[in-house]
Amino acid sequence: MTTTTSPATPPVTTNRVSRDSEKPLWRRVLLTREMAIVALLVLVVAYAMLTVRGFAQPITLNYLLLDIAPILLIALPMTLVMITGEIDLSVGSMVGLASVVTGAGVHAGLPFELAAVLALLVGAIGGAFNGFLVTVVGLPSLAVTIGTLALFRGLAVGLLGTTAVTDFPEGWTALAKAKIAGTTIPYIMIPFLILLVIFVVVLHFTPFGRGIYAIGQSKDAARFSGVHLERTKFLLFMAAGLVAAFAGVFYTLRFGSARGDNATGLELQVIAAVVLGGVSVFGGRGQLYGVVAAVLLIGVLSSALRLANVTSDVINVITGTLLVVSVVSASLLAWLQKVRRRRSGPPSPVAAPTAS
Amino acid sequence: MKFAHKRATAVAAAAVAAALALSGCADTGSTGGGSSDGGGSDNLSITFLPKSLGNPYFDTSSKGGKAAVEELGGTFAEVGPAESGPDAQVSYINTATQQGVGSLVVSANDPKAICDALNEARDAGVKVVTFDSDTNADCRDLFVNQATADGIAKVQVDLIAEQIGDAGEIAIVSSTANATNQNTWIDKMKELLAADHPNIQLVDVVYGDDDEQISFDKTAAVLQSHPNLKGIVSPTTIGISAAARYLSTSDYKGKVALTGLGTPNQMREYIEDGTVTAFALWNPEDLGYLSAYAAAALINGDITGKEGDTFKAGKLGEYTVGADATVLLGDPYVFNKDNIDDFDF
Repeated sequence: MTTTTSPATPPVTTNRVSRDSEKPLWRRVLLTREMAIVALLVLVVAYAMLTVRGFAQPITLNYLLLDIAPILLIALPMTLVMITGEIDLSVGSMVGLASVVTGAGVHAGLPFELAAVLALLVGAIGGAFNGFLVTVVGLPSLAVTIGTLALFRGLAVGLLGTTAVTDFPEGWTALAKAKIAGTTIPYIMIPFLILLVIFVVVLHFTPFGRGIYAIGQSKDAARFSGVHLERTKFLLFMAAGLVAAFAGVFYTLRFGSARGDNATGLELQVIAAVVLGGVSVFGGRGQLYGVVAAVLLIGVLSSALRLANVTSDVINVITGTLLVVSVVSASLLAWLQKVRRRRSGPPSPVAAPTAS
Repeated sequence: MKFAHKRATAVAAAAVAAALALSGCADTGSTGGGSSDGGGSDNLSITFLPKSLGNPYFDTSSKGGKAAVEELGGTFAEVGPAESGPDAQVSYINTATQQGVGSLVVSANDPKAICDALNEARDAGVKVVTFDSDTNADCRDLFVNQATADGIAKVQVDLIAEQIGDAGEIAIVSSTANATNQNTWIDKMKELLAADHPNIQLVDVVYGDDDEQISFDKTAAVLQSHPNLKGIVSPTTIGISAAARYLSTSDYKGKVALTGLGTPNQMREYIEDGTVTAFALWNPEDLGYLSAYAAAALINGDITGKEGDTFKAGKLGEYTVGADATVLLGDPYVFNKDNIDDFDF
């Protein structure tokens, strides 16, 4: 896991915990926040298959994956954005806007393919607009994307009003729900897996990706060690807009309905999953497999609870509690370790940079 | 060495704690399911899926549905999203498919977005009944319609004619100028007035844009410009309550009659203070009751949704399936001082 850029981060300027290479590999891989989520996912799936009637059938996987596909897709760029310490709240509205652009395009007589490309273009432009305001103008991303959350939603509702466009080509709407032959896995998982591979490679195996972590750990240190801070963030916001627009096109096809209020509130589901997956909201920490496991965990939980006729309010309470518990337990453990270490005398020279 | 050991213990503890918290949650889930989950031998498990939960209107319709399902000896369940987004119902429809319920009774948030999910459910043997708000006709087995345009127009004309002694000037406070259903009702009312009530003149139609304040102001304006006005009809729930609010505080109270379509909770105080004597709407409790009976009739094979099929709906009597696989609840329900306290929606 050592690369050329990460040791350049001066340990003095950061107070966040980076990986402790002193410990054996298996411990570093298995005993992490991400693995806790994966273990929890396995546990919940096993429990639901044994006790919830109707869960252990192949069609469950189909519905589950279709339901969480937009969240899975958007969680990829969102993870990278949040590792740099930024946030993008506008993705849900961008899904709605892309949906409406697709619908309005088809309604105006464009072929569906062209309308979808137009929607992707709108996504890239919207993402670039976020990136521009954050990097060039230098505004905080929280403020910028709260603004564009309202802006994109406003445009979406303004474009179509209260009408809904529903006349999409049958072939495409069928494809959005089609299953891969012989399985119950929907086709949307193929673009997702391709994107997943791309994002994993970029984040974990390229200098660009190491730069993302470096920015999250310490902006100044990253800049001094040659990371293109502005360019990196700009590209990430653009990627978020583009992927959100792609999710919007999928969303439109899956429901066969383009409306201004499509995917309202999706951004919070995405961010909740990313945080549950072990990405620090302060940046510098997180792994894609943890995030994917967290999205699946939330999806499996709500699917199983719905099958058990638990009401939506209770489902929200449970996922919310899970999120709070996971965040609190992480900070609590960090604090406990600090207290213990202080008690056991002056820290050893090796532990010092990771601890304080 | 010691430090590493502690940290490992800590992480393991975190995992265990989280797992415990979660399995605790999952536990509540499955016990809840065990009690309310359906699937008897005749599969009279009927699931209601309103537009959203926590809405008094749908609470009332589900109350009627539950009563009917209990009379039939089936299993009743009510599920639904917390907010009424266009797609929010899809995962609940899918869940019903997985559960293999006998019938799903839906009020659609979007006529198209839930279509494919409903058809998948039907392919899996679930009978789909829509009520209150229909989907496209090819996505459901039956639609239970709460009222027709003719019925709605007639009840309002009858009410206003009775209240003003079948003679004098009246005005209409509508919602928006291009609201399709409003305009249909208004046209039908005009026809009925011309045919049966020659002494009533409709002098004005004003539009409150479904906004409380605008409807309030328009009511005031129409009363000033027509000093001989004897009655106001407002076929919109927002319009009628705004008009009642204006009348109740003005000199016109008790002199100008007001009727239209309203909900009991909005109109209760105006019925009690005498501003309004009677208004109409359908009864959502009966709507839910009838929908549940229709669902059961589909499950039992008594009806298939073909025009002319008949079935018995408990205390409501016998119903016949009309064109486009639609069942009509009946004439709108008239609320007045005597019955308004029976309703809470």
